[in-house]
Amino acid sequence: MRKSIASALLAGAISCLPLSAYAQIEVQFWHAFTGRLGELVAEQVETFNSSQGAYKVVASHKGNYSETLNAGIAAFRAKEQPHVLMVFEVGTATMMSAKGAIKPVYQVMSEAGATFDPNAYIGSVKGYYTSTNGDMLSLPFNSSTPVLWVNKDALKAAGVDPDTDLSTWQNVGEVLDKLKASGGKCPLTTAWQSWIHLENFSSYHNIPFASKDNGFAGLDTELTFNSPTHVKHVQTMGDWAKDGKFIYAGRRNEGGANFRAGECALFTESSAGYAGIKAEAKFDFSVKPLPYWEGAEGAPQNTIIGGASLWVMEGHEAEEYKGVAQFLNFLSSTDIQAKWHQDTGYLPITIAAGEKTKADGFYESNPGTDIAVTQMMTKEPTANSKGLRLGSFDQIRGIIDEELEAVWSGDKTAQVALDSAVERGNKLLRRFEQANK
Amino acid sequence: MENRVTFKGWLLPLLLVLPQILISAIFFFYPAGQAIWQSLFIPDPFGLSSQFVGLGNFEFLFSDQYYRTSFLTTAIFSTLVTLTSMVPALFLAVIADRLIKGAGVYRTLLIWPYAVAPAIAGVLWLFMFNTRVGVVSWYLGQLGYDWNHVLNEAEAMGLVVVASAWGRISYNFLFFYAALQAVPRSVIEAAAIDGAHFWRRFFTIVLPLLSPTTFFLLVVNVVYAFFETFGVIHTITSGGPQQTTTILVYKVFSDGFVGQDLGSSAAQSVILLVVVGALTIIQFKFIEKRVHY
Repeated sequence: MRKSIASALLAGAISCLPLSAYAQIEVQFWHAFTGRLGELVAEQVETFNSSQGAYKVVASHKGNYSETLNAGIAAFRAKEQPHVLMVFEVGTATMMSAKGAIKPVYQVMSEAGATFDPNAYIGSVKGYYTSTNGDMLSLPFNSSTPVLWVNKDALKAAGVDPDTDLSTWQNVGEVLDKLKASGGKCPLTTAWQSWIHLENFSSYHNIPFASKDNGFAGLDTELTFNSPTHVKHVQTMGDWAKDGKFIYAGRRNEGGANFRAGECALFTESSAGYAGIKAEAKFDFSVKPLPYWEGAEGAPQNTIIGGASLWVMEGHEAEEYKGVAQFLNFLSSTDIQAKWHQDTGYLPITIAAGEKTKADGFYESNPGTDIAVTQMMTKEPTANSKGLRLGSFDQIRGIIDEELEAVWSGDKTAQVALDSAVERGNKLLRRFEQANK
Repeated sequence: MENRVTFKGWLLPLLLVLPQILISAIFFFYPAGQAIWQSLFIPDPFGLSSQFVGLGNFEFLFSDQYYRTSFLTTAIFSTLVTLTSMVPALFLAVIADRLIKGAGVYRTLLIWPYAVAPAIAGVLWLFMFNTRVGVVSWYLGQLGYDWNHVLNEAEAMGLVVVASAWGRISYNFLFFYAALQAVPRSVIEAAAIDGAHFWRRFFTIVLPLLSPTTFFLLVVNVVYAFFETFGVIHTITSGGPQQTTTILVYKVFSDGFVGQDLGSSAAQSVILLVVVGALTIIQFKFIEKRVHY
């Protein structure tokens, strides 16, 4: 018995030792994608693995965005962290503050001697993940921006020209009146209310969501989304909700089911809703830019992104980081990015991938797919439209959800609800500041 | 006269209780101690640094009006879950006890829901009451009732209560059914001969004899409603609309696992520990007096 254990141990040791000498170096990659997106990620990894022999990327699905971030954090605490972790944009500030847990991408690239040009990336995508002194901290992966989806058949049925101008909320309001008057049950619905109607609303109208350049310039930032322009928008939405013109379906993208089933005429949702809508909608639909309030100074500016980026975690060997660098460069390569953009409706993260898509004639055969790109790129981002960098942001979004629900149900006015959200959110920001001194 | 077995010496008795003590120490005292220790700090999520704040986390929580409201929400929710899971269970057990044919099938079917995990039960109920594709909400719509638990607070609370209580009915049914079988027939028959009808016999004889079981289930169900229902709430409402279904344990979960605010989360678990401890003491002190063993 004793002998067999010893020999087993020996065999184990032998089988471990030489492996590292001649086998491929493994790179662990944890992501949050399932379904079609999961398949596409697996395909990218497979392409990378077969394109070279030195490294093997092992991709693992770790649940939704929040769960993946948690898995990464728990793994770091147990010293079992992956090399590459996918973190949604909301977790950006959390990751940035975790000095000692993360290895900035620009550093990974320079240490590995890899070619890396931050200027190849689209400005408004890059800006979100870049430090104030211009260093890129994580690699943009999937980025989308909100747009307005239109059910053209529903507009026609209400006697509205399906190609009518919906670029301003004033125009949208008039169309909603007509839709309601003709008996429409769901003239307008939305996904991700905080992201679209407060965060992107702010950048699109070039007003701050939070002080200190939306948190980019320091942890001592305070929320400012209770300005008159914000209040006006939320109050208008609240009035629409009361009149049955805006139907609230839930905190995430529950409204998507209503829109795809043809029940709702207008739908504000991420450009990445494209794949699902194209697959399921049995009606004529179109994509329009997100509306803005006409007369608001500086609008329309540019919208900001949602989605995730890839963070490299600290605590691995130098040669493994070389593999990481190679993999990240592969992911941002033009062909891979162009394919990803065309398959998913996510933005092309590099300028070259956008140009290739245009040259391929994709935008002509799929009208409207370029709207998200134009909406983000026509204007150079300002301090208000570069992105958001707020600690405890997932929880702050939860607070915003709660307060907005109070407006939709008529329990609170927009002013009261937004004031309360700002006050509650600021408390969390102070806690985050304290935890990350 | 009490008939007690006494051990000679202390080694054997110690050895006999050791497993229980070890289990309590590893799975209760150690984590509870950790929680108390952590509640005094504000750590960053990665465990790279932490600030000692003394009772700062508790101060932060109790200064938050929404946290204080969550106590009331929890009280309403637990009371409703306990009642909704115990009353129907007792009713079903009484009926099953009177069955002669097919009692086995009936019993088995009633026990089934207990095998469904809370989060899955949550999804099942969510599908039935989904505002768009839900079967029940569709029928309600046909009747002219516009079901919308996404914005309607009472409907949201009702839905999470039913979804949480549903599986527990089976559990409670089992205990009530077993207890009913143990009620001596002779007492009931004697009462019947004296002319007491069924419900009179039930309230004056059966119910008092069931009191130890009822008391046990009361304690267990309250603990269940406090601690094990966050899966249901997470899948159905995520604590909304506004904060109407944010019970204490759901807040522990969401602040800790979604918000990565481990200091606050630890402080909340300590508070919860105190609340449930106090509740159990109250139950034993005041309600147990009325229990006839």
